[in-house]
Order: sequence, then structure tokens, then C-alpha cells
Amino acid sequence: MRFFIDMRERDSLFAGIDKITVLIYLALVLIGWISIYAAVYQEDHSSIFDISQNYGKQLIWIAIALFLAVIVVLVDIRFFPAFSYLIYIVVILLLIAVLFKGTVVAGSKSWFQIGGFALQPAELAKYATCLALARALSNDFFDMRTIKGKAIAFAIIGLPAILVLLQNDTGSALVFSSYLIAFYREGLSGYLFIAGFAVILLSVLTLLLGPALMIISVAVIAVVSILFIKRNRTNIVKVISIFLVAAAFIFTVEYSFENILQAHQKSRINVLLGKEIDLKGAGYNLNQSKIAIGSGGLKGKGFLQGTQTKYSFVPEQSTDFIFCTIGEEWGFIGSVIVIALYIILIIRLINMAERQRSDFARIYGYGVASVVTFHFIINIGMTIGLVPVIGIPLPFISYGGSSLMAFTLLLFTFVKQDAHRLDLL
Amino acid sequence: MRKPYTDRKYIIIGFVIAVGIIFILKLFHIQIIDKSYKLSADNNVLRYMTQYPARGLIYDRNGKLMVYNEAAYDLMVVPRLVKNIDTVEFCNIIGIDRETFISNISRAKKYSFFKPSVFEAQISRETYGFLEEKLFKYPGFFVQIRTLRKYTEPIAAHILGYIGEVSNRVIESNPYYKMGDYIGISGIEKTYEEILRGKKGVKIMMVDVHNREVGNYMEGKFDTLSEMGSDIYLTIDAELQAYGEYLMKNKRGSIVAIEPATGEILALVSSPTYDPGLMVGRTRTKNYFLMSKDSLKPLFNRALMATYPPGSTFKMANALVALKYETLTPQSRYGCSGKQSQPIRCTHSHETPLALRGAIEHSCNSYFWATFRDLIGSSKFKNTAEAFQQWTETMHSFGLGKPVGGDLFGEQSGKIPQSGEYNRIYGVNRWRALTIRSLSIGQGEILLTPVQLANMATIYANRGSYYPPHLLRSVTQRSDSIALPEFKKKYTSVNQNHFHDIVDGMHQVFSGSHGTARWYRIDTIPMCGKTGTSENPHGKDHSLFIAFAPMDNPKIAIAVVVENSGFGATWAVPIATLMMEKYFNGEIVRKHIEERMVNAILY
Ligand SMILES: [Zn+2]
Repeated sequence: MRFFIDMRERDSLFAGIDKITVLIYLALVLIGWISIYAAVYQEDHSSIFDISQNYGKQLIWIAIALFLAVIVVLVDIRFFPAFSYLIYIVVILLLIAVLFKGTVVAGSKSWFQIGGFALQPAELAKYATCLALARALSNDFFDMRTIKGKAIAFAIIGLPAILVLLQNDTGSALVFSSYLIAFYREGLSGYLFIAGFAVILLSVLTLLLGPALMIISVAVIAVVSILFIKRNRTNIVKVISIFLVAAAFIFTVEYSFENILQAHQKSRINVLLGKEIDLKGAGYNLNQSKIAIGSGGLKGKGFLQGTQTKYSFVPEQSTDFIFCTIGEEWGFIGSVIVIALYIILIIRLINMAERQRSDFARIYGYGVASVVTFHFIINIGMTIGLVPVIGIPLPFISYGGSSLMAFTLLLFTFVKQDAHRLDLL
Repeated sequence: MRKPYTDRKYIIIGFVIAVGIIFILKLFHIQIIDKSYKLSADNNVLRYMTQYPARGLIYDRNGKLMVYNEAAYDLMVVPRLVKNIDTVEFCNIIGIDRETFISNISRAKKYSFFKPSVFEAQISRETYGFLEEKLFKYPGFFVQIRTLRKYTEPIAAHILGYIGEVSNRVIESNPYYKMGDYIGISGIEKTYEEILRGKKGVKIMMVDVHNREVGNYMEGKFDTLSEMGSDIYLTIDAELQAYGEYLMKNKRGSIVAIEPATGEILALVSSPTYDPGLMVGRTRTKNYFLMSKDSLKPLFNRALMATYPPGSTFKMANALVALKYETLTPQSRYGCSGKQSQPIRCTHSHETPLALRGAIEHSCNSYFWATFRDLIGSSKFKNTAEAFQQWTETMHSFGLGKPVGGDLFGEQSGKIPQSGEYNRIYGVNRWRALTIRSLSIGQGEILLTPVQLANMATIYANRGSYYPPHLLRSVTQRSDSIALPEFKKKYTSVNQNHFHDIVDGMHQVFSGSHGTARWYRIDTIPMCGKTGTSENPHGKDHSLFIAFAPMDNPKIAIAVVVENSGFGATWAVPIATLMMEKYFNGEIVRKHIEERMVNAILY
């Protein structure tokens, strides 16, 4: 098998590439670099090539990422399904190795230090998992509706998630749950999501209102439903069992919150629910972030004019909180543009996935869309206070080589397959 | 090909669009509707004022205040905001020259253009008052109130340690600290930094274009309160500490006094010492430099860091190992030929043969050489090396050969030699008790710190056990998040029974007709002790003494080292007994002895 395309075929090489996707990619990477520059900008350091500064390093990362993108486009598309398991296994081994040989950065043992650069295998794991899922789920005998199907699918995302969790990197571990979106498209029951939503709703309300009030409310709902439904035996048993499960769940939530969660985790949740206004730890970052974004107003303060984001009171400014800089310097208009770019990209990816002829390419495409969606929701949601503070980067924009390379690989592997979608049969 | 779920694409897309709309609505709220996030129209700037909590106070064991705080004023600068100022006038107000101004500004710029940093630390209250009126003329500058350490008495400098500006290395490794913050650098200030420092807060002020503070940002909603540091009660008795320093004036050496029942250090004197007030504020760097050049090394904490061969004070420990392995009984007698003794001369003339108590009273070298020889050469062990290894391990159980204290900053290990070391020097099986005979009288390779010597006295006082000597008595907890150290009781590997004759012997050192400390006994306080002379190859020998009192239910154990003063009984004994007299009686009756000690200059 040859993996690189002949030079003679080169004319047609970029022919099928989806221009909208690539343009949005380039736009996001550019916005990212500008924002990183603004986030760390100081008047006396102004060379954009300054390697000691994040923006200088990011320039190198961008160059490497673009190079990778071209390589991926040059690879024969048969490479991806053929090597997906091998890549997955290698990355899993890397995840195990980093537990023993890794360097600890900000409390997480998740980095390999190679010379001056640090590599985070957890980022590569997103790519490898996406490939392995596409391969496994596209198998002719695979069926998401069966227990076996679910077991395989969840094992593929569970293994890297647990290894990343062991590195003490909860945020990156949660990312693997994003593939549930792809699973849903492949046949995972929608009721699971409704149940999941009910679980979240019950948890939030229990923590807000306390268990007593919640039990009463659920009981009232149960009684009312019994009054309105057809009162046969099965229905009444159903309502009562749902009530009992809900009641048990409410107590479990209360118990785990009080007894299992650690103080800082409790405080994060309390801040998010608005129960704690004492802004020392978790709430502090969030409020600094909201001040920065809020102070941007409609049009923003302008490029390099953000003062709020410069005081470093927002930690991880060029990585996890990069959206603060965008919100402050480019205002509501700039923020909406960035959000729109992500939504267009995600919809585009979904539509592209649907037009694939091979199951592998479709599932892979949904995998890419899922990961981008998850990062987009969690990261921006966190900076504006809609979801808990979970440290994961904003795709293509945040500072960081591992993240940019992983997302570039993810995206261009799909763009490449999409370009060849008509080659099959 | 399975295409049954194609419709689900719309649900997923609908979900993503819904999230996008929610985000946009939320952004619309915080960026457009909610005015509270915006600064007022006249382009106010936010100033983040760090709220420094008052550092915890330090008291002695009786609640006597030792360290407190006084306000100081740091002139801060935000380089980005500095423009069009009258440099000459500015320099005149704060009393610096143009070069200093330029170097201070460039140092601040190097740290950050946007974050405030210290321009000039600790300007006087008068300068502050004068500057406050004119501050509007100097945009980018403001004054931050800080606290400085003050001392009620110029004592206990080595114990308390000092604070200073945090180093870049610390800033990089610990995100709590920012440039210009203070941190404990030595002593208690360092060991208990986290307890004393409290927690910084931030006050966000709005500042107008004229560099005037126009109020709290959003009524202080985003401010964080600082948390006061917790107060510390030391185990030190300030009065005894001060008296010890008074006695050690013009001498080199240490006094360490411990409460045997608890391991609490009552006094920890290192001489020469310095006034802790010298290590505060703007003059600290200069004073530090001067003292570090001083040939008497006033910064060096001898009580924890100097190591000495323990000399005859070590004889009881040697006897205890022999008793433990039953190569010696309290009744065993050994003869002595005084100055003709071989292989070690005995410098004391006394009756002979002696049993254990008498040998301690007379400090007979021949006796302790013989017990050491019988132990190391005993057929109970496979060979010399194994016998010696047992000796080493027993010594380790006395807290020797490693830092013994629970919370003592910079404490040294001292040294207890091991078999391997002699195997390297002499070759395996090529050495015997005779080869290492000087150990039998506490000379040679053994090295102890004064705090280890005092802990040995504690072990005899307690008949075989001790608590790691420590300085922290209690803390007035202001936040419950800080774990306090625990000091757990430790036992030596020698049975308690073996200590009776040792203690009796040490009592005879005071009460016996030939006891080496008999001139200094106090009839109302039954004391036990042992003198020692530490051989010093670089000059006159060091005078050593360890003691405890009263004999039963002891309240104080003490070690005294007076460097280059010769025989132990001449200087270390009177100083130790004066300390005990002071501790028990509160005043000194033996004024003539006190006077002789205080007036002696032994540099
Ligand atoms: Zn003798």
C-alpha cells in the first residue's frame, strides 16, 4: 500500500477540499493569534517573533500546524481507517507512559517535556479516539442499539478518559464524553439524553432548593400526574417507581455533595449556582472574566486597548480564558462573530459528515463536530459564567501547541476524507 | 449502509444553534444591558490594591508580646500610566536622585507594564503625608500601606528570624506571592510563614484621569477581604531567653534549655547575636551585608548549626549502650592509673577502681575506655563492625546524627560515625575498638549541635524518652485550613531501668565531694549534670556542660557551650546553674558568679 499520492496527481490534490471549512479554520487561528498577542502584549516587548512570549511561540505552533495540515492532505485516505487502531494503541501507551514519566504542570501530570517544548498526549488522544471510534462503529456488524455495541463504543472513549483522569486533568477527561453526540447520531437512544437532562435538572434544583422542598415538589408532580393520566395499574406503578427513583436520587445528590465532594469542588458548584457570592477562589476568576468581557461593551475597547485582561487577574489568560480578551477588545460584535464562526463551522461539519458515502468518514466527521462543539460550549460557557470552570481550551484560538496540532489533525483528516468522498464506488 | 438516523442531524444542529443563541443572549446581557460591568464614561481606570493582612503576632510562652507590626508606606507605580511628570520635584519629595528614579522605573517596567509594583519601599510617614496632597500630579503612582515588624525587646533574633521581599524563584514556584510581597526568610518567620502571613485580599478602586481614587468599584462587590495572620505563642520564656543572652555577652557559644516533659524549648541562645530590629525595613540589606562580613558571625545560629565533639558529656551515652548489651553492669569496676593510663590518659586523680556512678562523678577516662572496649570487642557480636553498628543505631535512637528538632529552622545533623566509614578508611576487619578509642570519651568523629546536647540532657531527665525539641507552643487559629505540626514522643532503644545509675552519677557531679560541678551546686535545687571539654584543633578547647533539675520530676534540661574557654567547669557550669537559678527562683542570689560571667570577654 502506498500512502502518499503520486506527484502526477498533484493538480487535483486540493480540488475537493472544502473551502468554507478551511477559511473558517484560518480565520479562527488568526483571531487566536491576535488575541494571544493582545493578552500578553507589553509596550516594551513588541517583536511578534519574540520566542520568549506566548505569541511568538504560537507563531511557531501555527506554522507547524499548517505543515501538518498539508501532510494530512497529502496522505492517501486509506491510511486513516487502516491505521486507526494502531494510532489509538500508541496514544493509549503514551497516556500510560506520561503517568510515570510526565512532568507536572499546574497540578496535572500530563506533559512530556521535550527540550523547550511540552507535549500533552491527552490532546492527541482526542484525535486517536475519534479515528478508533470511526473504525469500530463503521464495522458492518456493529449496532449501537445492542448492549455489545454500547459496550464497545463506551470502552473506546472510557479508556483514554480514565487515563487522563488519572493525570488529574478532569477537564480533558470530560471531553471524551462529547462523542456521545456522535453516538446519538449512530443510534444511541435519545431517552438517555432526556434522562441525563433530568439528572442534571434534579441535581441543580436539589442543590438550590434543598432536598425537603424537592421531595415535596416531586411528590406533588407525581400526585398531579396520577390525577390526569389513565389510572390503570401499570401507569400508577410507573409513576410511583419514577417518584421513588427521583426521591432516592435527590438524597444521593444531597449526600454526595455534603460528604463526598471536596471543599473547592463544592465552592465551584456553589458559585456557579449563585449560592456563594464570596468571591475568593472559584468565583474570583469567573468574575474577573465577566468584568473583562462586560467592560467591552458593544464595540469593544479596540485592539491592545484592553486593560482589564492585562492585569493577569484572569489566570490562564492566553489559554483557557482567551475569550475574555476577545470580549473586552472586540466587544459584543466581535464575540458574536466568533460564536457565529464556530456555529457555522459545526453545522458545516455535520452537513459534510452527512454527505459521506463511507460510514467511517461519516462517523469520523461527527466525532470532529462533537469535540469542537463540546470545547466551544464548555470554554465560552465557562468564561461567561454559564457552566462550571473547567479548564479546556477554545479550539484553534487558545494558546498551546498540543491543542492546536490535535484540532488541526482532527479537522484536516476529515477535510481530506471529504475531498475524496466521491472516489468511493 | 445505515441511514436510519439521518433526521437526528436536525436535532443536533438545533441544539448547537440553541446554545449559540443562549451565549449571545448572555453576552448581550453582560456587555450591553448590565451597566455594572462597565467603567464610567470619563475613562476611569481600575486600580487593584492588594490588601495586606496584618502578619500574626508572636508571643512567648507566658503571653508576653515579642513581635508586633507597625504601619509603613510603600510607593507603588504602574509604569503604563506614568506620563508627563515633573521628575525633579518628584525626586525631591521622596528624597531620591535621578539615577535611582530611572533604575526604579526600569525595574518596575521589567516586572510589568500593567501591574503595580513597589517603586520605593517604606517611605516615611512625613513623606507620605506630603506626597498624598500632590499625588494627582503624578499619574501612575500611589501609596500602599504595609506593615513592618517591630520587637518589644532586642532578643531572640535567631529564633524569630526575619522577613524580606520575596525572591523571583519563589514568585515563579508559588502563585500566591507577587513582586514586592514579604515572606519569612529565616527562623519562626519562615517555618510558620503560612500561619503568620494570613491571606491577601484585593480592593478594586476606580481612579480618575487625575490619579484620584473616586470610590470602590461596584461598591466593593468584587473585592476580596484579607484574612489576618494567626498569632503564635512560642515555647520560649522571654525572660530566660533575655537572661541567657545577657550571660553570653562577649562570648561565643550557645545555651539551649528544654522543658523535659514536653520538648518545649525554653531558651535558645546563640552568641554573638544581634538586634532583630536591624533586619527590618530599608536598612535590612545594608545591615545584613555588614553582619555577614563580621568575623564573629552574628548571623550564624550556633545553637542549631554549630557542631562540636561532645567530650565527656557523651560518656553516659556510651555507658548506656554497654548497659543495653549487658557488657557492663552498674557494679562493674575498672581501675585507673591516672596520667599513666593507657591507651587514654585520665586527667583526674581519684580513688580506684570505680563503678559507674563514681566514674561519672570523676569523669574517669580509663573507665569509659574500658567499657567501650568491652562493648565493641564483645563476643556477643559477630565482629567489630557489627558491634559498632549496634552502637551507631543506639545513638541514632538518641536523636543524634540527624536533626532532632520538630520545627527548628536550619538545624544541622551533627555526626555519628558508622561502620562503613571506618571500613573505607582502615579496610574491612582492619579496625578495632582501639582504633576508634577517642569515641569512648566523646572525641574524634562524633559531632553534636547544642540542641542535640540539650536533648541528651532531656533524655537523661526523662530516663530514656523525649519529645522533638520545638518552638511552637500554640496558635490562635484564624483559619482552620492550616495544619499544625505534631510533636510525638520518642523512646530511645535503651531500657528505662538503665538510667537510674546514670542519673545518680550525674547527681554526684554536683553533690559528690569530688564532683566536677560541686562548686556551683544550689542546695534548694537538686541538680544533675556532666561537664565536658570539646577538643578544638583550631584553638583553645570549648567548654561544655549538660544538666537538668530537679533530679526527680525535672522541669528544665540545659546544654551550655562556651567556645574557646577551656575546661567545662570554669564557664559552662556556672552559666548553666545561673540559668536554672533564674528559671526556678526568678532572681539571682549568687551575684558574684553572675558578675564574673557577665564581665568575662572570651572572644
Ligand atoms: Zn580515672
